Amino acid sequence: MNIVVAMKQIPDLQQIRIRNRKPVLDGVPSALGIIDKNALEAAVLIKENQGGKVIVLSAGNEEVEETVKEALAAGADEAFLVLDDDLEGADGSTKGLVLAEAIKKIEDVGLILFGEGSGDNYSGQVGSRVAELLGLPQVGYASSIEINDSSAVITRSLEDGDEIIEVSLPVVVSVQGDINEPRIPSVTQILKAGRKPKEVLELEDLEIDLTGLPEIVTVSNLAPETDRKQVKVASVEELLQALKTEGVI
Amino acid sequence: MAGVLIYSANQGLALELISAARKIEDSVVAVSLNDDSLAQALAGAGAKTLKISNPNLVVGDTGAVAAAIKQVLDKENIDTVLLSSDRRGKELAGRLAQAIGAGCLTDVTAINVDGSKIECQRNALGGATIAVQYIEGPKVIAIRPRSYEAAGAGNGSIEELAVEIKAAGIKVLDFKPKAGDSVNIEAAEILVAVGQGLSDEGKLADVQALASKLGGEVACSKPVATDKKWLSEERIIGLSGKKCKPQLAILLGISGQVQFTVGIRDARVIAAVNTDENAAINYMADYIMQADLHDVIKELNEKL
Repeated sequence: MNIVVAMKQIPDLQQIRIRNRKPVLDGVPSALGIIDKNALEAAVLIKENQGGKVIVLSAGNEEVEETVKEALAAGADEAFLVLDDDLEGADGSTKGLVLAEAIKKIEDVGLILFGEGSGDNYSGQVGSRVAELLGLPQVGYASSIEINDSSAVITRSLEDGDEIIEVSLPVVVSVQGDINEPRIPSVTQILKAGRKPKEVLELEDLEIDLTGLPEIVTVSNLAPETDRKQVKVASVEELLQALKTEGVI
Repeated sequence: MAGVLIYSANQGLALELISAARKIEDSVVAVSLNDDSLAQALAGAGAKTLKISNPNLVVGDTGAVAAAIKQVLDKENIDTVLLSSDRRGKELAGRLAQAIGAGCLTDVTAINVDGSKIECQRNALGGATIAVQYIEGPKVIAIRPRSYEAAGAGNGSIEELAVEIKAAGIKVLDFKPKAGDSVNIEAAEILVAVGQGLSDEGKLADVQALASKLGGEVACSKPVATDKKWLSEERIIGLSGKKCKPQLAILLGISGQVQFTVGIRDARVIAAVNTDENAAINYMADYIMQADLHDVIKELNEKL
């Protein structure tokens, strides 16, 4: 059984600066989504236990080929990439179609893993779209995954409790950020990552029609205005006095 | 096509959705799935309620729930759906959107109708920015909990509706309620929030004492709950936690990553205590104290 881990290339959020309330993305390096790394770790742990291959799947611009090396170093066996500049910033309905079509080209897939949300948009819809497109069952917000032959027992962690689900394979699972602690690859693993097998497709290699999809139009995207006082206080007395003057204590 | 349909498995959130939907259209259609008390509540809040009872339909089977709602939408000729952006709702949003060929926005904190456009406000870039977006074509919009007040009493109706659902490959074996930290930090007027600057779990008693003296609640940044497990997830402030609007937030040892600040930036007054004079949190604080948080907690507890 092979495990597909869908990972998204996002701008490194720590390095985004705000200028005139606008995000400055020029020159910001790319990274893999933070929770996507938990999904990868979950896949690698299952593979170490049960065998099979971990295939990292990503769709985006040409930089993805470089960005994805981090996943190959951290335990993925192969990469399956759909690279096209048109995919940069593509919304959920496009990404869902592309990923679902790519998964159809991968053999013996038992488990398809996502992070619960991407680091940048945190919309959490692409995994669900892929499940619908492939007609597969899905479990979101997984805090544990146990594979038994042709089925899995997965804990879906909800706000008010844990739902324990038994589901037949293949299944689409999105994992929570606290399901595990992703490993940090060694230097040797990083050096070897570039030599792992990679299959690179372009959009036109997939039999999909991206016309007529619903469109998300962005009217504005600005940092919220902050007008905080930023007053430095030197002592606890001064702090308490300030809070009393504000009328909050 | 016209009309708005709302669905949430959570009754409180479903009532909030009725309020949100009325911003789009006065008459709201609501769905209940194998849940008579939800159907009563929806009708009692003025919605035309379609009550579905089907033994094959399990709320934990997201694909089946999407299939059921799709059948309702087809029958009622509706192409705008509001869901709750809790975990179940977010998981359903993408699936339902795909099933009906819709665009999808989740974690929406406000909607504003401009002609035929439903403009949705949501956090983007990890919370660094607030995007205003609208969907062209059929829409699935998931509304963040507590963005709208629950709808008041109204005069709705209940109609039974049959849907076809295939028996699924999904079985719910068990449900284990989370151990009862019933704290609601979103309702607190005062929050004392700790971050990774807190040295050890033993110091939490002093933090709790401070919060109690102020009549507030203890909250935290995400790593304190998910990595260190010192506090429950109910107390997380931020993008993947709670969005809070207290009168006062005292932030102790929190560096101020954007994913955190998105959950506290609506506070009226923010005081930050940090050893790092360049901490990002200082730019969004009203009062900044550069000091060791443990000393400050001790002194505050003595003086209050």
